[in-house]
Amino acid sequence: MKTNVGSKAISYVAAYVFALLSLYPIVLMILSSLKTNLEIFSSPLSLPNSFSLDTYKKLWEAVPFADFLLNSVFVSGMSVLLITVFSAMAAFYLSRFSYKWTGALYFFFIIGLMIPIKLGIVPLFLLMKNIGLLNSLWSLILIYTASGIPISVFILTGFFRTLPVELEEAARIDGCNHLQVFWRVLLPLIRPALATVVIINFIHAWNDFFFPLIFIQEEALKTIPVGMMVLFGEYETDWSLLFAGLTLSALPMIVVFLLASKQFMEGLTAGAVK
Amino acid sequence: MIHLFPLPALIIYTLFVLYPIVSAFLYSLYDWDGIKRGVFVGLKNFVTLFTVEPFHEMFWNAFGHNVYYFVIEMIVQNGIAFGLAFLIYRKIRGAAFLKMAYFMPRLLSVIVIGFLWKLILNPNYGALNTLLTEIGLQQWAKPWLGDPDTALLAIILINCWFGIGFAMLIFLAGLQAIPEELIEAARLDGATGFRLLWKIILPLCMPAITIMTIFTFIQAFEAFELVYAMQGSMGEPFRSTDTLAVYFYRLAFSSAGGAGDVAVGLGSALAVVLFFIVASVSAVSLYLMRKREVQH
Repeated sequence: MKTNVGSKAISYVAAYVFALLSLYPIVLMILSSLKTNLEIFSSPLSLPNSFSLDTYKKLWEAVPFADFLLNSVFVSGMSVLLITVFSAMAAFYLSRFSYKWTGALYFFFIIGLMIPIKLGIVPLFLLMKNIGLLNSLWSLILIYTASGIPISVFILTGFFRTLPVELEEAARIDGCNHLQVFWRVLLPLIRPALATVVIINFIHAWNDFFFPLIFIQEEALKTIPVGMMVLFGEYETDWSLLFAGLTLSALPMIVVFLLASKQFMEGLTAGAVK
Repeated sequence: MIHLFPLPALIIYTLFVLYPIVSAFLYSLYDWDGIKRGVFVGLKNFVTLFTVEPFHEMFWNAFGHNVYYFVIEMIVQNGIAFGLAFLIYRKIRGAAFLKMAYFMPRLLSVIVIGFLWKLILNPNYGALNTLLTEIGLQQWAKPWLGDPDTALLAIILINCWFGIGFAMLIFLAGLQAIPEELIEAARLDGATGFRLLWKIILPLCMPAITIMTIFTFIQAFEAFELVYAMQGSMGEPFRSTDTLAVYFYRLAFSSAGGAGDVAVGLGSALAVVLFFIVASVSAVSLYLMRKREVQH
């Protein structure tokens, strides 16, 4: 195709202007967290006059941020672990054995893809209340695990089906039982699909604030997103502190993304286009 | 022994996904006193939801906003995302950086995004109004979130900012799945530029466009977090940003829902209605995906 210089220039301008629009608010958030309140109010767009982490020290004292961080790590980590192990086990069963009910069982899991779980929040609340898990991080772990299972079973079953059965047959002849075949032979082979499952569910659990908003009242048990609500409720006018809180909340995810951006982008879209 | 493999997933999923949804259906058929279940009343809650004020008016007010949400996201978010995907598909320097940049907002928690933009859009000290004033457009500076005419649009545009990177990747995957030979053949037949895009590329990209349309629909009808983070459970100002999910939250969890107390029955009825709107569209999406699997 003839490439016209003018249209090429427009393409580049459009693409990079949108990149700027995507990044600028995030950069603004980080820069503002390094300013004093006076600086934010008088010149919100300028670069900070001096570099100071005082606000972060203040933030650390204002809210139990270390608790929030620990809670978020525990909830997300545990949920992702349970989802991955349980979904892989179910997917192994669904893709490698065929009983009368295998198809129906797969369908049973897959209908979960269409269920907006938040609409079941009232019964879920009463259920958690009855089993004594209100104000417990386990309420969140159980919900994230349960709601992550359909998409994970879907992705992993699809991936298992692409693997040749000869490998397992060879392992069986060598005397491996089901558990050994699953653990030693198949799991290492589905690593790319496992990465997808981990990423999708990790982002969801890490960023969610709907469930902790309803299930967690105790301050020391809050995760980072609801912790931010505490901060914004109590320090409404201290913008420097608010920006620091937002930055600190966003930072772990941004760092992980920068380290593995390709996997992130492929992972999050894999469930969609597969 | 092998039958134990799917058991943990099955139990957790049944107990914490299926059971609550099925229960919500049942709850909608009962009378409720706070969180205490009363007598079976059939479809009375649904009738109340659609005929008694203020519930009837609140429903259609919120429903209209969800539709608006969908339309604006389709045009702005998906329109821009397709354009950007096309630019990257046509080869551009720095494609890896651009993809990362577009995708970055998607990583942040919606609560962080909501609060961040609330600060940016603050009428007095916010960065946006300051910027507009500095470049001589002070007549454009306004209290975006405080004005019922602009609040909903502002929230939807922020949602577009959040979602463009993801939509772009879906479209890009769709574009890259088009066989090169087809485009070459069309070119040899004399199709160029806009005609090539409109007559060849867009139709061949239909699967990705369909999927993205469905995602956008589901997301628009489940819109809750951003509205709640920025405008609270009342959909301020004057319910101009209210959506069905926010209205549901208000009915089920606060006394501000219009019933004077938590209204579990009405809330569950609304959940059922919302469920059917979203699930029917997701069912179509699953059907389409299955059909595509067969074709390959």
